Amino acid sequence: MRRRTKINLNPKHIFITLSVLCIILIFVSYRYSEEMSPVKTAVGNVISPMQKGINTVGRSIFDQFDKLASMSQLLEENERLKEEVDTLSYENKILLQDKYELDRFRDLYQLDQKYADYPKVAARVISKDSNNWYHIFTIDKGADDGIAVDMNVIAGNGLVGIIEEVGKNWSKVRSIIDDSSRVSGMFLKTSDTCIVRGDLELMEDGVIGVDLIDIKADIYDGYEVVTSHISDKYLQGILIGYISNIQVTSGNLEKTAYLTPAVDFERLEEVLIITEVKEALVDLE
Amino acid sequence: MKRLIILTIEIIICFLLQTTVFQWFSLGNVVPNLLLIVTVASAFMHGQKEGLLVGFFCGLLVDFSFGNVIGMYAFIYMFVGYFNGYSNKIFDLNDMTVPIILIGVSEFVYFFLYYVLEFLLRGKLNIFFYFTRIGLPEIIYTVFISIFLYKLLILIDEHLVHIEEEEVY
Repeated sequence: MRRRTKINLNPKHIFITLSVLCIILIFVSYRYSEEMSPVKTAVGNVISPMQKGINTVGRSIFDQFDKLASMSQLLEENERLKEEVDTLSYENKILLQDKYELDRFRDLYQLDQKYADYPKVAARVISKDSNNWYHIFTIDKGADDGIAVDMNVIAGNGLVGIIEEVGKNWSKVRSIIDDSSRVSGMFLKTSDTCIVRGDLELMEDGVIGVDLIDIKADIYDGYEVVTSHISDKYLQGILIGYISNIQVTSGNLEKTAYLTPAVDFERLEEVLIITEVKEALVDLE
Repeated sequence: MKRLIILTIEIIICFLLQTTVFQWFSLGNVVPNLLLIVTVASAFMHGQKEGLLVGFFCGLLVDFSFGNVIGMYAFIYMFVGYFNGYSNKIFDLNDMTVPIILIGVSEFVYFFLYYVLEFLLRGKLNIFFYFTRIGLPEIIYTVFISIFLYKLLILIDEHLVHIEEEEVY
């Protein structure tokens, strides 16, 4: 092959020279970026008309492709949407049935009434103890705002935990997903009682455990668990969560299940504290 | 002289395609790196000197149109071109496997150097994320495109060499 008959430079030397040049350029352009901008603009002025030209051609070709591609896509989507309409209308029917059922339950229990009646104080979560999920966290209301130990803490849709320690203007809340937490619960539909316990291992999957369910309890996945009437610290009828994965223990004595908390503990910013403590049972003197 | 003009045109066309048309045909938000293919191909065909010069000017072009600092892309492309020049010793006109592998490896080196210079120095340590999200798709797409582009470049080059030989005699 013919080589150009200039002075034959060693490629290694060119490489080193140009590398140094690059490094100098980097420093110069970093240090004097304003002075370099006219150069960039000049290059841009040359390049951009060409880009514009190619772009118009490219876009028209691409548009044709796009039309063809979207056609089959639309057909597919149409099919899918039809199926979705079917399932949705079916779901809608089921939901309507549920709604009637709910109305009846509300009449029976008047639970929502009770829920709204408790006096509440809003507070903000100001620090959390654990890294991933909140277990024990601090809120910005304390004794000054009428908070006392053993008051129940709720958030939007359900039970969060219980006040464990109260300061002047802060208090600590132990949440129900904490490993040492035990809450006496009850199935809203069947009134069977159970114990909801926080579990560090199960929490990996976003659930906590439910124990000591009566073997004869007629329960199914998705049933609501609320705080029970026999609890000595939790007020009655606060939603805890929904159960799943019901199993019978090996001794055939009880059922256990998982519970998905109604509260999203990962995104807990504001909580409500019910400023009413369940009255302690006191013996006669 | 002719080669210089043809190479310049090649570089500019590839640059324009890469920045415009292929943006429309991007797969998984990545665009094939045509300039890298040109750099590797010329290094493979004509050795280190041409590889590093082509790389340098490709990089400079990118630098001037996109870079925050000028010289970084130039360095990366030049680096790739220079080291691919070593493979010139085993250059064979009809062999497609070696250049394709070279382009794949170069693409990885390009990704790695870019990651180190642009991201690692800013303290972004999650290289696996960047590799799966950007590096790997770009490698696959570029290698795929290179099958055609390399063939084309070889044809042009063969033609050029033919003309040059005629001029000599």
